Amino acid sequence: MTVYIPSALRSYTKQRSEVVAEGQTLAEVLSTLDHRYPGLRFRIITEQGTIRQHIRIFVKEEQVRDLSVALQPEDQIHIICALSGG
Amino acid sequence: MPKSRKAPSPQLATGSVALLIGTRKGAFILRSDRSHRTWKLSAPMFLGHTVHHLMLDPRDRRTMLMATRTGHLGPTVFRSTDFGKTWKEAKTPPAFPKAPEGQNGRVVDHVFWLTPGHPSESGLWYAGTSPQGLFRSNDGGITWQPFSYINDDPQYREWMGTVQDGTPDGPKLHSILIDPRDPAHLYFAMSGGGVHESVDGGRTWTSIVRGLEVVEGFDAATVTFHDPHCVRLCPTDPDRLFQQNHCGIYRMDRSEGRWIRIGKNMPKKVGDIGFPMVLHPRDSDTAWVFPMDGSTVWPRVSPGGKPAAYVTRDGGKTWTRQDKGFPRANAWWTVKRQAMTADAHEPVGLYLGTTSGEVWASRTGGTSWTCLARHLPEIYSVEAAEL
Repeated sequence: MTVYIPSALRSYTKQRSEVVAEGQTLAEVLSTLDHRYPGLRFRIITEQGTIRQHIRIFVKEEQVRDLSVALQPEDQIHIICALSGG
Repeated sequence: MPKSRKAPSPQLATGSVALLIGTRKGAFILRSDRSHRTWKLSAPMFLGHTVHHLMLDPRDRRTMLMATRTGHLGPTVFRSTDFGKTWKEAKTPPAFPKAPEGQNGRVVDHVFWLTPGHPSESGLWYAGTSPQGLFRSNDGGITWQPFSYINDDPQYREWMGTVQDGTPDGPKLHSILIDPRDPAHLYFAMSGGGVHESVDGGRTWTSIVRGLEVVEGFDAATVTFHDPHCVRLCPTDPDRLFQQNHCGIYRMDRSEGRWIRIGKNMPKKVGDIGFPMVLHPRDSDTAWVFPMDGSTVWPRVSPGGKPAAYVTRDGGKTWTRQDKGFPRANAWWTVKRQAMTADAHEPVGLYLGTTSGEVWASRTGGTSWTCLARHLPEIYSVEAAEL
């Protein structure tokens, strides 16, 4: 499935704005991404397994908060930096 | 307390100095020439990242660690082995253990404080976090682990309070100090949560808050209510500590086992509230503070809008105002606890950074000051690295 990467994380993805990753759940996809791009997961997921305060993750344009959500191969995942500027 | 032994003689520095500056919007390096008269500011590093602390490893004078996060992204540590030319992220940044299912575990919001280990312990670093956590790296900052038992100890957790019981941007563990005579003799402080000492390499800790005052209406016997802002250990007399606290300036000689409020000797209209505490590298009677207005709603700006450092040369019995070169009025500066430091030269060079983005220096131990840089982002930390 395709994962869309925000600009703040592209230092990890060699500046790619979208990458392909595999997994049955969001947690698996994030693990795959972290294996490929070490350090990326911890910047958006806390050590307690929760999505960080100013990060949002959308699957099929629906916001998800639970990393155990099941995914389909055609799903699109958007990682968004929520408003926290200034 | 370890047996009193002579501290290693501090080396007198003679070369140029680099100021390592952490700001809310990135890091900068300000380098001097050998005379410290001309300074050159680097381009920003990690522009837009919140850099709480940037430290050079004095054991190799090449390795630097940077404690950082961004507004969106979680906390991490970056590491350079070529004095900031290139950086790599820590493989395992400081993080609390995952809590068992059904329990609320803590989350590191930011890495606040970095301390290189004892000179005999190459590659060892300590880190303090917000909320309060103590971490250690044995491999030069590549991987980090919780250190000692305090992060999860019920008594320490009670003293740490909640994330609302601390400084406005989160409670912090800071002032990680190492006795130069003994790598197993350690101190740390928490805002809030008091000052703590270990003489066995972190296996056990003892609170040392006797003599410290707390905010009116609270019980000084309760460690929770103690808010040390910055604690320093005298390089030439490691049995002497100085502290800038939320409630005054203190000195402790370990043989006495009690903090003495030396800030009572400050001028009444200035008070003894502030954040940094800076010690002379070779004279255990000499220390500097940078007072902030601590009245009513705690403005935390230079009293009266007139910035000044104060120096004591007799262990806190008397204080002398040092404001030559600073604006004479209408300068409402705030200087954070990591944003004032000294070098190892003779006379001692002093440096401070303001939240309004100015860096000031004195080549003469504070007797006169000049502005080195303006228009930087909000300054969080300034460290002097000898080159």
